[in-house]
Amino acid sequence: MGYTIFILLLPLLSFLLLGLCGNFMKPKAAGITGTLSTAAVTMLSYFTAFRYFSAGRGADGIFPTLMPYNFRWLPFNDTLGIDMGVMLDPIAVMMLVVISTVSLMVHIYSFGYMKGEKGFQRYYAFLSLFTMAMLGLVVATNIFQMYVFWELVGVSSYLLIGFYYTKPAAIAASKKAFIVTRFADLGFLIGILIYGYYAGTFGFTPEASRLMSAGMMIPLALGLMFVGGAGKSAMFPLHIWLPDAMEGPTPVSALIHAATMVVAGVYLVARMFPLFVGYAPDLLPWIAYIGAFTALYAAVVACVQSDIKRVLAFSTISQIGFMMVALGVCTSTDPHDGGLGYMASMFHLFTHAMFKALLFLGAGSIIHAVHSNEMSAMGGLRKYMPLTHITFLVACLAIAGIWPFSGFFSKDEILAASFGFSPVMGWVMTAVAGLTAFYMFRLYFGIFWGTENRELHAAHRPKESPLNMTLPLVFLALVTCIAGFIPFGDFVSSDGQAYHIHIDPAIAAVSLTVSLCAIGLATWMYARDRQPVTDMLASKFSVLHKAAYNRFYIDSIWLFITKKVIFRCISAPVAWFDRHVIDGFFNLCGKAAAWLSEKIRPMQNSNIQQYTIWYLAGAVVLVLILLF
Amino acid sequence: MDMVQMEWYLVLATVMMFCGIYGFLTRRNLLAMLISVELILNSVDINFAVFNRFLFPGQLEGVFFTIFAIGVSAAETAVAIAIIINIYRNMKNIQVKNLDKMKED
Amino acid sequence: MTLQTIVFIILAVVICVCSVLAITTKRILRSATYLLFVLFATAGIYFQLNYSFLGAVQLLIYAGGITILYVFSILLTSSEGDKAEPLKTGKMIAGLVSTLAGLAICLFVIIKHKFFPSVFQTGELEVRTIGEALMGTDKFQYLLPFEVISILLLACIVGGIMIARKR
Repeated sequence: MGYTIFILLLPLLSFLLLGLCGNFMKPKAAGITGTLSTAAVTMLSYFTAFRYFSAGRGADGIFPTLMPYNFRWLPFNDTLGIDMGVMLDPIAVMMLVVISTVSLMVHIYSFGYMKGEKGFQRYYAFLSLFTMAMLGLVVATNIFQMYVFWELVGVSSYLLIGFYYTKPAAIAASKKAFIVTRFADLGFLIGILIYGYYAGTFGFTPEASRLMSAGMMIPLALGLMFVGGAGKSAMFPLHIWLPDAMEGPTPVSALIHAATMVVAGVYLVARMFPLFVGYAPDLLPWIAYIGAFTALYAAVVACVQSDIKRVLAFSTISQIGFMMVALGVCTSTDPHDGGLGYMASMFHLFTHAMFKALLFLGAGSIIHAVHSNEMSAMGGLRKYMPLTHITFLVACLAIAGIWPFSGFFSKDEILAASFGFSPVMGWVMTAVAGLTAFYMFRLYFGIFWGTENRELHAAHRPKESPLNMTLPLVFLALVTCIAGFIPFGDFVSSDGQAYHIHIDPAIAAVSLTVSLCAIGLATWMYARDRQPVTDMLASKFSVLHKAAYNRFYIDSIWLFITKKVIFRCISAPVAWFDRHVIDGFFNLCGKAAAWLSEKIRPMQNSNIQQYTIWYLAGAVVLVLILLF
Repeated sequence: MDMVQMEWYLVLATVMMFCGIYGFLTRRNLLAMLISVELILNSVDINFAVFNRFLFPGQLEGVFFTIFAIGVSAAETAVAIAIIINIYRNMKNIQVKNLDKMKED
Repeated sequence: MTLQTIVFIILAVVICVCSVLAITTKRILRSATYLLFVLFATAGIYFQLNYSFLGAVQLLIYAGGITILYVFSILLTSSEGDKAEPLKTGKMIAGLVSTLAGLAICLFVIIKHKFFPSVFQTGELEVRTIGEALMGTDKFQYLLPFEVISILLLACIVGGIMIARKR
């Protein structure tokens, strides 16, 4: 499996080539370079996945963990050191497939979407960088390598959100994303350091005896790592950066803020899952609670947003909440007894990446057609963009959890795991699933049916996007249709043994009923040209509507905390101290020196008589000293 | 022969010398300063002669030093006056306080 | 009180008074005149010490040559006299104090110090002796310094002409 190193090297080479020589290349040549390297990576990933899974299980019935590459990068002492390498295990291989597929689709799609944009080469360079970083993250052999690529992912996300660097909103959004995730990454880093200190290694499989003797420090380290993961995965209350990150180009949103980077936190928790279950079982329910609350909160907010990308952003937050819940409700590593959530989470990650990328690319296609993010500029678009319409509908059905689309299968597993944890959790998640179906179909009807903005469409007739944009849509739609039938449990499960997914009829029936009811409600409310019920509800619950529209003022609370509390109560006094006491001291030194020299300077006044007086006085004093 | 004590000559020379020093310190005119320098040189000459006469009567060093000092002071005066005249020609006066043109320009 | 003492007192008084006047008078020409008196009195001291040749040299070179040079240069330069602004009090006090301190120390040293037993040998120093010493190259003879001084004087004359010359 030595060729796996090229999965990392190819995007890196492409990034260097495009980044250094991009300005001397034609935009199209640059795009083709990036796309070809990504296509090669995708082929390599598929080949790796095929080889890995077809090689079969080991004697113990588990897919072996391979390390084709591993070298010591920074040795600290005999046991502790930072390694760099490639590690392959079922979830890493699964992530390789997901990332490279979505990345390739986005590369192809961007040809159409970004056509004629200034900085086309730069855009592809950043895409390559991001792809490299994300792939490096998932194949990391140890937690520190993961952290290194984690930060690289954050940087490339920052660069891509701020791609339109002349737009103030984009700059603000990129800074917000970077600072919020950096803030969370501080917890991650501290967690890593504590973990490395007590476990004696940065690897994922430390010695059990050392962990046992570390006591409370391992749960602390894992909790801090979860904070980092929560920041990247936009868990409440660190989710505030993700909706703003939609200022970036839409394909970027599809790649980074829907399918890959935001699930890094989920991947982190899954990666550390044996440690969570083994040494910090008390933490897992909290992860579940946070995930559930995030899912609920984001779903409610998504119901009233008018910017279609924001709706999708909150839907992403909500779905990541689902994945976190699935991980959090696990109580053991046995998938038959409390460990189902692990598999469900990874499964949902896989399917969600596909249909959410599809949704974002579809939204990009719509935005490309009407040149606006607002739902008010849309409506009735099904006539103009049939292909986008169909694929978008497929994705909506998938995320709503309708059989036979992929979302149904993965969401069903999550609900089953939640009901296994506690009935309350199960019902809450079912309700959130219903909300998901509702707001997705509100979005769908708002775009393709509903009130058509006829004046705008008459002035500028929307038309179907070119082939290089619709092709990825069709491909992803096909994947979404069939992905549910993949026997996912055969590849990924919490204990590594094969697990046969079986649909629980009761849960499936309940969730299907709820979703269909929600879709029906959305159809009744939004599908027609006039929407009296919606307006009536909005005016009746105007306080709630306004609060939800403003995302329950979480951003304002953060602003209050940072600006009014931290800046004013901590930063301002510190700045004052720095400016007046520390600077003041050195200013005083400088002024004293200047004052002194100003006083001494006239002594050198070229007046020979003055010199002579000093000379004489000095001589007198010298003689006096010598005499007495 | 009843002579004046040597110390009296020395005291006289000292007084003369410090008169010259005071003049050098306080006069504002270059020529006046030069006159003060002459006083100082003169007092030293007296000292040479006195030491020679009272302490080393058989020898002539003091006398010759005095002669040479007189010669040197003549030379010095000639050069100094030439310089002063040159300054006067350039500045139209010979006040000490005006001689700081090289300081800033 | 012998004649010697009386003469010395007269000379000392002339020297002291004229020195002080030479450095305090406002008029530069008067200052030069007082300097002339001081030089005369100095020549008198030399005569009293029986150094007649020295006294003659003093009169010839100093009183006769240098003073005339001063008078000429004063007349050439200071048309409006020494009308400098009055000395600053602080500076005058500083000069006065340091001068008086130096004077006090020197006087103290002179009076305290025990010199060799001073014997005044009478007898005129013959000019012949001086001439032989100046022209000889033996020990205690001064041909070389004499020539050096002559070269120095020549250089000064040339230099003075160079500097004072109108360009």
